[in-house]
Amino acid sequence: MSTIASTSTVTAARVREGLVNSRRDTLGIVFQVILLLSLLASLVILLVLLADVLSKAFPVYADRGIDFLTSPLSSNPDKAGIVQGIVGTAILALVVAAVAFPFGLMTAIYLEEYAADTRLTRFIQVNIRNLAGVPSVVYGLLGLSVFVALFQSLGMGNGRNVLAGGATLAVLVLPIVVITSIEALRAVPIAIREAGYGVGASRWEVTRQLVLPAATPGVLTGTVLALSRALGETAPLILAGAVLGSFSGLSIDRLFTGSYTALPVIVYDWSRRPQEAFRADAAAAIVALLVITLFANAIAIYFRNRYEQTW
Amino acid sequence: MAQATPALPAGISLKGSSRRQRRERIVRGLFLGAALATIVISAFIIETVLVEAISFLSAIDLSRLTGIGWFPRRGIFDIATIVIGTLMVTVIAMLIATPIGLASAIYLSEYATPRARRAIKPVLELLASIPSVVIGFFALTLITPSVIKPLFAEANTFNMLAAGIGVGILTVPLVASVAEDAMRAVPMSLREASYGLGARKKTTSLRVVFPAAISGIVAALIIATSRAIGETMVVAVAAGAPQARTLNPLDPGGTMTSAMVQLATGSDQVTGNSAAFQSLFFIGLLLFAVTFLLNIVGDVFVRRTRQRY
Repeated sequence: MSTIASTSTVTAARVREGLVNSRRDTLGIVFQVILLLSLLASLVILLVLLADVLSKAFPVYADRGIDFLTSPLSSNPDKAGIVQGIVGTAILALVVAAVAFPFGLMTAIYLEEYAADTRLTRFIQVNIRNLAGVPSVVYGLLGLSVFVALFQSLGMGNGRNVLAGGATLAVLVLPIVVITSIEALRAVPIAIREAGYGVGASRWEVTRQLVLPAATPGVLTGTVLALSRALGETAPLILAGAVLGSFSGLSIDRLFTGSYTALPVIVYDWSRRPQEAFRADAAAAIVALLVITLFANAIAIYFRNRYEQTW
Repeated sequence: MAQATPALPAGISLKGSSRRQRRERIVRGLFLGAALATIVISAFIIETVLVEAISFLSAIDLSRLTGIGWFPRRGIFDIATIVIGTLMVTVIAMLIATPIGLASAIYLSEYATPRARRAIKPVLELLASIPSVVIGFFALTLITPSVIKPLFAEANTFNMLAAGIGVGILTVPLVASVAEDAMRAVPMSLREASYGLGARKKTTSLRVVFPAAISGIVAALIIATSRAIGETMVVAVAAGAPQARTLNPLDPGGTMTSAMVQLATGSDQVTGNSAAFQSLFFIGLLLFAVTFLLNIVGDVFVRRTRQRY
């Protein structure tokens, strides 16, 4: 060790050992296991949550079956059903799709296909990103003071109807539709547009006949995701006048102007009741809600993976 | 330029039909209108909360903004109660979402094979798509009785700890996906340089990739914090209603958001022009201002990552 020669021999041996012998990296493996466990925690939570809800809901569906889905709300937990919630959620979905989809897509087309990079354009973009971050309950205030007031002044009862609720949710998810649609439009290669202009098509003709068909899967995926987000929202509906507790309604002539509720609102109402039986009802309503939202999400994820195009 | 343009033969115009041009203008105007509508939405939100909040503040005696707790129906609007509740729930949520979310992001970005990533990411997306009222139900009916009560016997059925854990579960996928994007944006050459110096995977991940992606990671945490502050239904279901001011997470309580829901529901339902009704908009204004600031800051951090490489 004292001579230079022996030092270099030792060094050479060490380097050789370092390159040839692979010592086990214990710390690295521990680290990797910790990371993996953290990731699996989400999976476990998801499974526990689903198992918990299903086990609580099972007795309700086993005892009452289809009756639970077709009965109206009631203060008696053994008779209460969710038909008003299902109808309410379905109409809300239609209203949200009818409002958010065209407005969102048109905004996205303007920003991505038409707008020059001006101050106004950038302001609109920043504004949309900020709207996406506004808490949903604040949109409830907007719904209450704008849409409810609007429908009231139009003579539609007290204005707390499914149209006001649907408009509120549509505004809430509009930024999501815009942002996902922009991404879908941006994924269409510029060469496609240039080919269109090259044969003399106008901007609208290029957009409608070339860009939109190519971007449709992405736009639809984003819309379905936004829809499923809207259907799970509770707080804005409560503020904008969805009914908590039972009510009589659902007559066809007052479908759009009368009182309404939605599945997540029913879940909230029932989970805070003191009676234990309502907890089971709430779990059963959650199952119905999850079937709808998870189904929508699964469709969206499937569409995205199925039609994902690489140009 | 004008000189270089050859003269067109008479009778031929490149302007196209005027009908076609009119259609182009109409379509363009329509799309611009839709885009401008998003600004109108923002204007309406700000106008609504501002006007009602100002009339609330001018209608009540400002000393009512402090007191023993949040009792809007008795005219006691102790803002500190619901701000403390919000901070408590947000801190608990971030204590859960930060380690789990960041560890998930590191694994997905640095360790997972492409196949594993394709299998795991949809699971996170599904977790993110569960309605918050369902997470609230989960917190109330499973986390409180099976996790919190055995550990802390004195915990109330409605408590803010369960609400915080629920909000944390809700924000994990958000932290994971934004942080993962940031780490995947780190160029491969940095990792290769690190391996070239003999560093191991763990060292490369923690000492090279993580610091290089720090802007995006900070952005993920800021956006998640904003989301946690704005989360409503988990707290409204699992933590009951805001009452007397408390610092104990095992007590029932409420956040700014859940106080708004309580104001609009059940026994606390208020309508018309009462001070309690207008306090709804005052909280809304606070909430909007706080989340707006956080989102702006988060946005700056997100863009800083994009610009760097």
